[in-house]
Amino acid sequence: MMNLPLKGLVVLEFSQYLSGPSAGLRLADLGARVIKIERPGKGEAGRKLSIKNIWVDDNSLLFHTINRNKESFTADLKNDDDVRLLKKLLAKADVLIHNFRPGVFEKTGFGYEAVKQINPRIIYAAISGYGKEGPWKDKPGQDLLLQSITGLAFTTGNGTNGPVPFGVSIADILCGAQLVQGILAALIRRQKKGIGALIEISLLESIIDFQFELLTTYYTSGQQPQRSKVNNGHPLLSAPYGIYKTADGYIALAMMDIQVLAKAIHCNGLHTFAQDQAFAQRDIIKKILADHIGTQKTSYWLTALQEQDLWAMEVLDWEKMLQQEAYKVLEMEQEVRAGDKKFFTTRCPIRINGKRLYADKQAPQLGEHTEKIKADFLIDD
Amino acid sequence: MKLLEDIIVIDFSQFLSGPSAALRLADMGAQVIKIERPGTGDICRELYVSDVMIAGESTIFHAINRNKQSYAADLKDPEDLEKIKQLLAKADVMMHNFRPGVMERIGLDHETVKKINPSIIYASISGYGNEGPWKDLPGQDLLLQAASGLTWLNNNNDESPTPMGVAVVDIMAGTHLAQGILASLYKSTITGEGALIQVNMFESILDFQFEVLTSYYNDGRQLPVRSAINSAHAYIAAPYGIYKTKDGHIALAMGDIIQLATLLQCELLKQFSDSNDWFSKRDEIKKILADHLLTNSAAFWLNILEKADVWCAPVINYDELVKQEGYKVLNMEITVKTNNGLEVRTTRCPIRVDGKLLVSEKGAPQLGEHNDMIEKQFQLEKIFQDK
Repeated sequence: MMNLPLKGLVVLEFSQYLSGPSAGLRLADLGARVIKIERPGKGEAGRKLSIKNIWVDDNSLLFHTINRNKESFTADLKNDDDVRLLKKLLAKADVLIHNFRPGVFEKTGFGYEAVKQINPRIIYAAISGYGKEGPWKDKPGQDLLLQSITGLAFTTGNGTNGPVPFGVSIADILCGAQLVQGILAALIRRQKKGIGALIEISLLESIIDFQFELLTTYYTSGQQPQRSKVNNGHPLLSAPYGIYKTADGYIALAMMDIQVLAKAIHCNGLHTFAQDQAFAQRDIIKKILADHIGTQKTSYWLTALQEQDLWAMEVLDWEKMLQQEAYKVLEMEQEVRAGDKKFFTTRCPIRINGKRLYADKQAPQLGEHTEKIKADFLIDD
Repeated sequence: MKLLEDIIVIDFSQFLSGPSAALRLADMGAQVIKIERPGTGDICRELYVSDVMIAGESTIFHAINRNKQSYAADLKDPEDLEKIKQLLAKADVMMHNFRPGVMERIGLDHETVKKINPSIIYASISGYGNEGPWKDLPGQDLLLQAASGLTWLNNNNDESPTPMGVAVVDIMAGTHLAQGILASLYKSTITGEGALIQVNMFESILDFQFEVLTSYYNDGRQLPVRSAINSAHAYIAAPYGIYKTKDGHIALAMGDIIQLATLLQCELLKQFSDSNDWFSKRDEIKKILADHLLTNSAAFWLNILEKADVWCAPVINYDELVKQEGYKVLNMEITVKTNNGLEVRTTRCPIRVDGKLLVSEKGAPQLGEHNDMIEKQFQLEKIFQDK
């Protein structure tokens, strides 16, 4: 068993759903002891949120996916005895993560100033939807809504489509990942200077940061990015960037010189286009290309393109991807045993000293570790 | 004190994945030194071909590489390579995103660098890892989206597989690399040990899909089916999606169909009283809702829905976004200045520390701009005599 980098650190996770808990999961996979602090009775709301109505036990598969490798401690933030216990626990913790709406956690007596009094070395990390001020601060921090109010839905799909959102919870996941960065950097400073930190991030700032290339271009030009009308892959990129239908599937074409491409796939219709027209004329070029690529199978084009070292790839669905040797060699899947059931999920994507990080400890039942945690941390000396 | 003060990062990476990780480290206080090939530098300086340029360089390069330094060195030149080794001896982190085998040929592979500096964090991003049949394929964002099934999650079911229009694979891989680097740096403050951190774009984009992939692994391997109407997430029930109104679009997240029927006075929706139907009959439900929402304006509907705390939002573009008070209070925009007098408007680091924004005015470096400074700071010496 490898000595994981965050071994010995204790993280208290007062979070629900995905943004905060995904940060907790990463810290757990890197070696921290992550304790979910949950309300007695119901626990984290994510326990009852399922996709496709798939359940492992009383908890959804989704909850098990996001919360493996963690412990659970139940405490009622409105009960004085529980609050006293929590304060003792906070005194011994290294990191606190919460994703309550602004003001809510402060009202329970666990705002940063109060917690700092208890433990000046703590890294106090908070995720909000829209920050702590301004007219949006009390709006629900939900992924699709964040995509919608930040222009992101106008980056995907063709110029002829309406706005098309990302089909994965990008704001939650990126925000959780960035929170981890802030927490870890603060832990490094704490080692050197002995001081704690307040780390704050919002889904809104994360999803704006995510678009930093597009926004910087927009600030410079004042022009809205335009999606290509044909096979859009990225609003800022020239032809041929996009996904093309072949006679039996789809291929992706990334950046490449138009004439080199025309020669590699014998597309005579492209011969009149110079490289400096590849952005301005991209819809016309891509239409010619789309018609041409439709005439042959994917494997035919891939061979022709990859022989010339051109950046092309077959478009796979998960069924085809799972059959690929390139997928299998990753050994990305791990089996988690949960009670008398088992399920497969993905592992942490970071490898350390050549080793993959597996952690098949199942997600906790509500309050499963309350007594153990009391014994470990809260016995009066 | 900045979080990463006194941390020195030597970055050999190009394009977006590695450099986006280095940008985050720079924003949190690290000294990030880009090692660039003389003459051309990071290919990103001229790679992206949108029609918007800043002084002949892509806007994107300026966005990704602000707050960094540039040291031009030819890694095939023994004298330059020797100086780089001297630099690495004094660094905390080194990172690259070359294809597997390239750093071995140059002589800056992990084993070699570890001998020079046993406590260094050596971090690399590849496309598909160091083994398997795809290891030499280009690690490019769109191609990884294509290979990982991601494109089958976006857009309506009758549309082609649709890539995400932002370089999500690069950005996630860079984020993961920064996490691995920082976790190892933390450990090294206790143990003094170095580490090898490896991330590949393929694993990063699989991790990004961990919720839905886990569902696929365990549901009898049924491929995701995108909604035919206003699809926003293949696995979520009606009304989840973006809807056209008389004058623009609105987004509706998870919600109760019967509550919506009442609030929006949409009689046809009332037949769907069984919440189990909201997933299985989502296209039927969303079609009714889509037709109904077309009959009035976005503001009209939002006014009704927001009052009832329904999860909804207007769908706006950048022109509208930058006018919003909710955007302005973030102070997300910063202006950075380059050495040759350019001012570039861009975004800041999204993380706040101790209640303060992390902002820096330093623009992207010109190629080799910091050679003299770095040679002095690290006392790099020629070991070969001039002929």
